[in-house]
Amino acid sequence: MRALTATPSCLAVPLPADIISTVEFNHTGELLATGDKGGRVVIFQREPESKNAPHSQGEYDVYSTFQSHEPEFDYLKSLEIEEKINKIKWLPQQNAAHSLLSTNDKTIKLWKITERDKRPEGYNLKDEEGKLKDLSTVTSLQVPVLKPMDLMVEVSPRRIFANGHTYHINSISVNSDCETYMSADDLRINLWHLAITDRSFNIVDIKPANMEDLTEVITASEFHPHHCNLFVYSSSKGSLRLCDMRAAALCDKHSKLFEEPEDPSNRSFFSEIISSVSDVKFSHSGRYMLTRDYLTVKVWDLNMEARPIETYQVHDYLRSKLCSLYENDCIFDKFECAWNGSDSVIMTGAYNNFFRMFDRNTKRDVTLEASRESSKPRAVLKPRRVCVGGKRRRDDISVDSLDFTKKILHTAWHPAENIIAIAATNNLYIFQDKVNSDMH
Amino acid sequence: MLSKGLKRKREEEEEKEPLAVDAWWLDPGHASVAQAPPAVASSSLFDLSVLKLHHSLQQSEPNLRHLVLVVNTLRRIQASMAPAAALPPVPSPPAAPSVADNLLASSDAALSASMASLLEDLSHIEGLSQAPQPLADEGPPGRSIGGAAPSLGALDLLGPATGCLLDDGLEGLFEDIDTSMYDNELWAPASEGLKPGPEDGPGKEEAPELDEAELDYLMDVLVGTQALERPPGPGR
Repeated sequence: MRALTATPSCLAVPLPADIISTVEFNHTGELLATGDKGGRVVIFQREPESKNAPHSQGEYDVYSTFQSHEPEFDYLKSLEIEEKINKIKWLPQQNAAHSLLSTNDKTIKLWKITERDKRPEGYNLKDEEGKLKDLSTVTSLQVPVLKPMDLMVEVSPRRIFANGHTYHINSISVNSDCETYMSADDLRINLWHLAITDRSFNIVDIKPANMEDLTEVITASEFHPHHCNLFVYSSSKGSLRLCDMRAAALCDKHSKLFEEPEDPSNRSFFSEIISSVSDVKFSHSGRYMLTRDYLTVKVWDLNMEARPIETYQVHDYLRSKLCSLYENDCIFDKFECAWNGSDSVIMTGAYNNFFRMFDRNTKRDVTLEASRESSKPRAVLKPRRVCVGGKRRRDDISVDSLDFTKKILHTAWHPAENIIAIAATNNLYIFQDKVNSDMH
Repeated sequence: MLSKGLKRKREEEEEKEPLAVDAWWLDPGHASVAQAPPAVASSSLFDLSVLKLHHSLQQSEPNLRHLVLVVNTLRRIQASMAPAAALPPVPSPPAAPSVADNLLASSDAALSASMASLLEDLSHIEGLSQAPQPLADEGPPGRSIGGAAPSLGALDLLGPATGCLLDDGLEGLFEDIDTSMYDNELWAPASEGLKPGPEDGPGKEEAPELDEAELDYLMDVLVGTQALERPPGPGR
């Protein structure tokens, strides 16, 4: 496994107080968006590599910051709606502007990000400050010219998709048709058109007629990257359902059900909780799905429903601690997972600010840490190891000294290069592979 | 002599097992005792789960995923605890339930009732509610025993959280109550002095009219001036 270096921008901290709640690269990797608990979105832009300054090889600097969501109060239910950004998804770029969708528990917003680096000067009727000129002083006509100015990034809300969800939105996903997107809450999935805000189609509804029968909720969902009619959603019972929108208007009946039978030797009272899928991601190829449950990441082949084709243990040493983790609610933590650009390496976060990478080809894995101490700029990240008793090496961490408050829930991988973004509570780390920045 | 020694040993082991489980979960630093979980959960794990459930239900807007997972886990724990009592492996023994079974069953009904009430209320607010469903006893008849007390407890929980239920007035409040609770042991003639009104015994389908005595009793219970009395089970 190649070593990764930390770039200076790895210590970029938007605002100390706010916990980062989502991280997302855009389709080219030029932009990186983060959302936080305070409803703020910060966008980083990669500086173009410059021959003159070889050290600043494509680092990420703050590009724009804006307040996406504000706390709201639902008067009908006497409830406060959190402004925390649950998910950000970029739209594919279709013109000079960038667009992204951001969502909190209830409302999705479409933001347009534009640049302004020129302004017109030389108006005939207005002076430099915009005041009307005294017409008697105007003796000749001039054509206003565009003069360069300091780059100004303007962000404006273009659409607000409200009142579509009774329960908490956990996912949004833009369709490959670039016209529609879906939003999923605990019990329902809606299909929206990007230009229409006053209505949406309900395409999945798992709410039982009698709420007493509720035993399962939707935990994540995503559109297929190439087939605009296919999407997948995961459940709290560990199953995945692939649905085809051509089959019916309401996709309650799945086309394929992916579920691994429970391992009888590992059965416990917590079996269901740890099987709950917290994230599902299609591979870039569209042929596989990656899922994350509490202890493992699994790769599924779309052609095989019976079981995953690969299972990787993220932190199996926690299996004997499930009771304590149930007691302190850590067992309910929702970790995300990510593919690299070539679908050969998968990544996910863990506790103690550790994150894990698994190489699907070599079957090798590595544990790395995202912390200020271990991430001096340009430093090579040192692999970490958790020891479970038995032989202990010098820098090993014992299971009992893991810090469960330091959890890496949100990670993202650049779509083409070996650059990763790791959110560790309120710090954002960006690591990149110095040796070889091409995909392998 | 030999057989006595053996018997004692087995009892000791049985006593030790729950302690080991308790110690195990109380001390996170304790190395893994065993890979396989104990076949019977300790009551502390059960209590912990009930605590979590109540905490979750008391949120103004409960995390549905957390709630559902806790309830399902609790059901699993209960399922493992109930058959541990010396009962034949028949799914629903309504004839002679043990005391433990009563308590567990009442808790289970409480869970179902609590969760059902809250989720029903969520559905009510959403505007998609159907006619108010009775808090049905879904399981075997034996499980509805003691369902009255927890149902009222559930209504208690709902009170402060949502104004809607109480806004309907007393009529709306009682509309949601499963009338079968008047048919179960708590109100049956067998339990002294508690039977309030003209019930026709268990199994009567239509809702009996509430008379004033019943209303008064119910209101007292809701308000908390009257403590709810558990019927003495047959096993005691």
